[in-house]
Order: sequence, then structure tokens, then C-alpha cells
Amino acid sequence: MTLTERLRRLDVTTVIMWIIGGLLLFFIVLGSIQSILKGTYTPAQWFDFFVFGISQGSIYALIALGYTMVYGILKMINFAHGEVFMMGALTTYFLADEMNRRGVFDDKGALGPTLLSTLFGLIVLFAVAIFISMTVAVLLERVAYRPLRGAPRLVPLITAIGASFFLQYTARGLYGSNNRSYPNVDLLKGTVTFGQFSIQVVQIVVAVTAIAMMIGLYLFVQRTKTGKAILAVAEDKQAAALMGIDVDRTIVITFALGGAMAGVAAILYAIMFRQAHFFMGFIPGIKAFTAAVLGGIGNIPGAMLGGLFLGIFESLGPTLFLDGLGINSPNQLKDVIAFTMLVLILIFRPTGIIGERLSEKKA
Amino acid sequence: MRQRAQGKSPLRRAIDVGLIGSIPALLLALVGMVDAFSNRYLLEESVSTGQVMLAVVALIVGYLAARRISLPAQTVATKIGYGAVAGLMVGLVLALLLFIGEVVGINLRKVLVNASPALYEILAFNQAPAVGMLLLALMGTLLGALGGALFVMPARLRSAIITGITVIILLALLRDIVKLVFQQYEPTTALYRFLFTPNGGLTKIGLLLAFLLPAAADYVWSAGRPTLDRRYHALPDGTQKSVRWVGLAVAFILLLLFPTIFGRFPSEAMNNVILLGIMMGLGLNIVVGFAGMLDLGYVGFFAIGAYTMALLTSPQVGGGMNFWTALPFSLLASMIAGIILGIPVLKMRGDYLAIVTLGFGEIIRVLVLSDALRPWFYGAPGITGVPAPNVGGMLLNNPETLYYLLIAVMGLTLFISLRLRDSRLGRAWMAVREDEDVAEAMGINLVVTKLMAFATGATMAGLGGAIFAAKLGSIVPQTFNLLISVNALAVIIIGGMGSVPGVVVGALLLIGLPEVLREFAEYRLWVYGALLVAMMLFKPEGFWPDEGHRRELTEHDPEETPQAPGPADPPLPPGTVRDRAAVARADIRATHTEDEAGLDE
Repeated sequence: MTLTERLRRLDVTTVIMWIIGGLLLFFIVLGSIQSILKGTYTPAQWFDFFVFGISQGSIYALIALGYTMVYGILKMINFAHGEVFMMGALTTYFLADEMNRRGVFDDKGALGPTLLSTLFGLIVLFAVAIFISMTVAVLLERVAYRPLRGAPRLVPLITAIGASFFLQYTARGLYGSNNRSYPNVDLLKGTVTFGQFSIQVVQIVVAVTAIAMMIGLYLFVQRTKTGKAILAVAEDKQAAALMGIDVDRTIVITFALGGAMAGVAAILYAIMFRQAHFFMGFIPGIKAFTAAVLGGIGNIPGAMLGGLFLGIFESLGPTLFLDGLGINSPNQLKDVIAFTMLVLILIFRPTGIIGERLSEKKA
Repeated sequence: MRQRAQGKSPLRRAIDVGLIGSIPALLLALVGMVDAFSNRYLLEESVSTGQVMLAVVALIVGYLAARRISLPAQTVATKIGYGAVAGLMVGLVLALLLFIGEVVGINLRKVLVNASPALYEILAFNQAPAVGMLLLALMGTLLGALGGALFVMPARLRSAIITGITVIILLALLRDIVKLVFQQYEPTTALYRFLFTPNGGLTKIGLLLAFLLPAAADYVWSAGRPTLDRRYHALPDGTQKSVRWVGLAVAFILLLLFPTIFGRFPSEAMNNVILLGIMMGLGLNIVVGFAGMLDLGYVGFFAIGAYTMALLTSPQVGGGMNFWTALPFSLLASMIAGIILGIPVLKMRGDYLAIVTLGFGEIIRVLVLSDALRPWFYGAPGITGVPAPNVGGMLLNNPETLYYLLIAVMGLTLFISLRLRDSRLGRAWMAVREDEDVAEAMGINLVVTKLMAFATGATMAGLGGAIFAAKLGSIVPQTFNLLISVNALAVIIIGGMGSVPGVVVGALLLIGLPEVLREFAEYRLWVYGALLVAMMLFKPEGFWPDEGHRRELTEHDPEETPQAPGPADPPLPPGTVRDRAAVARADIRATHTEDEAGLDE
């Protein structure tokens, strides 16, 4: 194809999009250079942002897994997945608070040595949150999505939006609208220092737990029979049914797994940000969705990478890109960065960072 | 799942239906709705709307149990019995809540904030807990049986009874409006005293009348309607037309007299219905209903319209224009925003589109709220001093006069919507909605068509926003949250996607009712969420559907529904409503597949 021919085929909208994209890129680079040259922040501070980004991103990634798995199998966005996460965090709060009062998380050590009792306490919290989120996710599938399988696209999407609001306000009605503050776990308070860099213990715990869960899930899906059933149903429902796979059951399992990951994310979020309220699922939900799209929706390792990438981008972004341009209080614009990124990815690379494998299969 | 259900005895199934049905009842009680409505009395000072809510659940559960379980051959008593058993279960579950909270004395309130002593009192009918529990079981059984009886009785009688019950509940819910209207004139005030107690509940006679009159009217109407219909259609065409015109004229005159008849407070409510419900709904209806693109960032355009208006007119920020000169700029700004948003999302599919537009709406709010753009948009405190719209020399600064402006604008948007729907562009939108690829193959320019939908919808939202700013006199960024988009979405879903009259119905229900129900404010989104799910599950075409769209939404694509290996659906008793619906759907499905097969050859 000659150059002139290619130019002729270009339509106006594409040109406009490339111009907007180019402008944004220009400002990002300009802002970054200026921020770094200005030297307001020390390397240790940049490192802090980076580490914070990783632990925040690993929470996004855990939630993103729920979106991506459900999308892979049903080709629909489970809009209410953020609320599954919220339900886990908010319901478990009451247990955490009760445990805290009995000294499970501090050196009063009601259950023997602090380490043991904290470990026990956290494991119970994880178990309860996983159970709650899983239940909500499975109920959601059973009540709201299963009857609509095969309906036109818009229908389950609207149902999901409705379910999202219903769950949010159910939580508000049941547990009240105040902001609940999670207990401060003694053992997670300190920092680890390497030379001039230091990392908070809680951030290490969050990132390690999340990454371990993700690897576990990946292995589960790749190695076990149930996991392979999920992959098969995602590939072709009818063929899977003919091979003797119970499609309904597999879909329920997918929702349950996504719910479990959201439950883990809920507790990680709770120990990192130490708060829970009925609206907490909305923004992380959209961010996690962005992460899923970023990694290529339907793709499990993609969701993990996407989450980490988004977390780092969001944590570094405001200071790196905007501060240098002389914009006031850039941190208020954190969400704008994430959303803009979502829009840009969907326009320029809808298959996500590592989406080729998926698109080849599905196209 | 279904196999197991078939193996159960009918009694077990009735119990199951009752237990599932008790979940909504429990939720209603525990999210605090029952308590919130406990001051709205239905009958004197004894029965509150909070209790009625639970009663309606039991009634519906009884009806559904009878419908799902009973076989046509069974006796009437058995059918009612199933209803009673299911209703009893609802009563028992609520009694259990009472038992745990009051008798055992576990403080549920630590976790469930609304499990308060007040709630227990309502549940126990203000009696001792033990008596209350017995009463709950008894009432549950009675209401369940009544629900079962509703299923058994002839359709005409059922419809009459349901109408009567609805009217009573509406009277209780709308007591403030009812009171206001009645007390405007001398003779009606006397009537009001006769029918209502001072706290707004009906007297015993009032209750009886409020039930019997509408019920009787419904009964007579359903008897006489076929004859009336026949007579009407037998009239010559010209006469039919003039009858319709007379009807429209009467409706129009009533609409114009609304502020005079009802006064200030209802006018204000009506203004919000028109502005936030009808106008926003009509605009979103073009994007979602006609063109089939789910736009959740609709509030963004509303905000742009409002901010443009405020920035140009408010003397506080150096505006100084008047409403009418600023209005075109508002419309233009939101239209351009619509196109700008439209371009990047042109190639996106439904669900991506929803999230991206949602993100767009949030971006606008966050930007306006941010300190970075404070010099231009004045940040969190917003802008005050926006002048009211003026007509000639008169400022429309009270609800009664503003009402006329809104009616005029509403008429205009309704007219535009209807004309667009029937235009070439409208048909192109619907073609794109049904199938993009086919539409493109038929020569529809997707880019132009979709952008036109976005631009038109955005302009209508901008119009709404501009009037909103002028109406309130001040705007704060926090107003422009997702809630406004969801409101508009719920309105068009209830009315029926793509249906213009449906938008009006939906707006009256979803915006009008909460306007006059103060207690409802807190539960608004809870109910909207539940409604969206319930509508999609049971009535995806809405309450006032657009003919063409109805079939598309109820018809399931046979290719995308893999039948899990298992036994075929058990035969339903012939003649039940569900059965007929299923047959109709199967018919549609059959013709659909035939068509496709024909295409393949």
C-alpha cells in the first residue's frame, strides 16, 4: 500500500484521536522531565511512591481477577464486583473490631504470644471475608445473571448496574453509613529500612499475600480439573457441555473464585487503608476494571500485570506528570489519570498489554 | 436444580417459596425502611405503611406460591392452603427476628444498625414479644391465604381488588399532597375531615370508601371496556380523531391549571419531575433507547450545561448575560462535549462504552471540584447568584411560574423526540441498535449516526442543566454525581427503553413519588437498584413499551443459550400465565431460527 493510499484511507476520527493521544504523551513527558529536574522529591520519596503503588496495585489486581474471569466465561462485565469486595470488607469489620477489643492484634495477646494470635486473627478475618464475598458473588450470579444468560447484551449490563446500587445501599441500610475504621494491627506497624530507602511492613505483607494468591489462582486454573473446565467453558460453552462439563456449575465456580479473590483484597485493603464504608467498592471497582482491560480482559496473568501497572502509574503519576507542569494539588486528579488511561487503552489498544493471545483465539 | 425441586412434596415447595419470600421482608425491616415509614398511617393510628410493606410481601408470596405449586385439578382450598403456608413462613421468619432481638436479647444493633427497639415494636404490633410473634404468624398465614385466594378468583375480581389496595396505599403514601389539595377549598376540607384522621390516616369509613369505590370502578370498567372499544372503533375516522383531540385538549388544560389547582409544593415537585425525570430521560432515551448505546456519563453533559449557564450569567463570577442569551452557549457547549466524547467511543462495544462514559462523567466532576482548575470553575463551593430565567420583564423565580417554562420546554423536547423517532435518522438509530454490521451494510453511516445520537442526547442534557442552574440559582460540583445518570437510566428502563410515553410514566413514578415521600430519600437508590434488576428479569420491555423494541428484548438468542445436558423442562399445567408466555416465546424463537436457516441457504 502506498503512502498516499494509506493517507486517503485514514478517517477523520482516527486522526483526531492520534492528535489527542500525542498531545497527552507530550505533556506527560514534559511534566515528568520538569518534575525530575525540579528535584522537589528525593529518591527515597520516589521509592516510597513506587512501593505504595505496588501494594495498591496488587489489591487492584486481585479485584481485577474477578472481572476478568467472569468476562472470560460470560463475556459480560460484572459491574457489581466492586460491591462484592465492599461487602467482604464491611461485614468483616465487625468481627475485626470485636477481636481487636479482646486484644488479638496487640501485645496484650489474649491468645498467647502476639505473633501467633495476630496470625490467627488475620487468618480468621481472611476466611470470613472470603466466605462473605464468595456468597455475595454466587448469589448475584444465581439471582441476577443466570436467568438472563443469552439475553441481549444491554440487559445483563443494566441488571449488573442495578445490582451494584442495590448491594451498596443494602450495606448502607444494614450496617449504617458511617466510616468504620479497621483496627491497627500492632505487628504491621513498623518499617523495614535499607540504607536511605524504607518500606512499611504492611505494604510488604499486602503485596506478598496478593501475589501469592494470584500465583495460587493461576496454578489452580492451569493445573486442576476444575480450572481446566473453566478454561474450556470460556473457550466454547457448547463444546464444553458436550464434553461432559457442567456449564452452570463451572460458571458458579468462576464467580466463587472471583468472589474469594475480592474477599482477600477486601482484608488487604482494610489493613492497608484501615477503613471501610458502603461506598468503598465503587472507585476500586472501576480501577480494577481498568486494570483488567489494561492487561487484556479475559486474561488472568494480564489482570495481575495490569493491576500492578495501574497501581504504580496512579501512585507516581500525579507527582511525576502533573507537579512538573505547575498544577496545584495534583493528588486530587489521581482518579482522572486512571480514567484517562482507561479511555486511551480502549481506543489505542483494546486488546490490552498482553492481549494478543486472547484476540487470536477469539477472533 | 429443577429436577430436585420436582421431587419435593408440594408442601415443602410452599415452605421454600415462603422462606425465599421472607428474604425481601427481612431486608425491608433490617435496612430500616419499615421503621422509616412507621409514621405514615394507613388506618387511623393503628396500621402504618411500614407494616403494610411487609403485608404486601406476604400477600405476593402467597400469590406466587399458589401460582407456582398448585395444579389446576386441585381444590380451591388446597391452592389457598399453599398460599397460607408460604405466608406463614414469612410471618415465622419475622417472628424469629423478634425472638432473637427481644426474647433472647441479643443486641443485633451492634452490627445491624436498624435492628432497633422501634423496629421490634412495629413487628410486635406494639404488644408483648410473645403476643407479637403469634400475631406475626397469624397475619402471615392470613395474608398468604389472601394471596392464594387472589390467584384462585376470576381475573376481573382480582384486578378490582388490586386496584382498591393500590389506591389505599397511594393515599397513605401521598398524604401530604392529599391534605394540601383537599384543604385548598372549603367543601373539600370538610370531606377531608370526614375521610381522614388528623395525622393523615384514613378513618374506617374512609378506608372502606377508598377501597370500594376504585375497586368497583375497576370492575365496571373492565366489564364495559370491550363494548366501549368496539363502539369507539365503529365511529367514523373523523369523529375518532376529534375525540382524541378533545382528550388531548382536556389533558393540556389540566396541565396548564396544575399550579393553580395544587399550589406551590406540588408545582415544585412537578418541576423536578419534568426537569430531572422527563427532560433528562428523553435525552438519555435517544442515546440508550433509540441508538442502543449505554451512556452512564450522562450527568457530565448536564454539568456542562449548568456550568456554562452559571459562568455566563452569574454576576459573582463576572458573567452578566441573561438566561436567554446564555442558553445557546450552554446548548452548544454540551453538544460539542457530546461529540468529543462520542468520537473516541465510536468503535466501542456496549459494556466498554458504559464504563468509559462512566469514567468521563467522573472526570468532569473531579476536574470541576479540583483546586487545579479553581480559577475557572470555583472548586468545591461552586457558583452562586445565577439569575432566574426571565420572560419579558418578569423573573420566573418561583415554582408556579417556572412551571410554565418547563412545560413549554418539555413540550418542545417531547415533540423533537417523537419527530426524531419517526424520522430517517431515528430509523437509522434503531437499525444501529438492532445490528451495527447489518446497518452499515445497508448504507447507514455509523460515524454520523452515532455522533448525532450523542450530540442530540447531550444537547438535551445541557438544556436540562442550564435550566437547573437558573432554577436553583447556584450550583455546586457535588450535585453532578452518578446519581443523576442513574435516575435518568432508571426512568427509561421503567418506562420502556426507546419509548417516549414510557419516559413520562417512568419520570412520574421514579422522580415524582420520591419528591412527595420524604422518608423515601434514603432508600431511593436501594429501590432503584432493585427495580432495575427486577425489571430486567421480569419485564425487560418496561411498563409502557415501544412496540418494536418489546420483541427484541424478550426474545432470547437461541445460539447463545447452550442447553445444559439434562431433562427437558417439565410440562407446565396448561392455561397458566407462565405457560402461555412460554409458548409465545417458543413461537418467536421458532420463527427466528427458521428465518436464519432460510438465510443460510
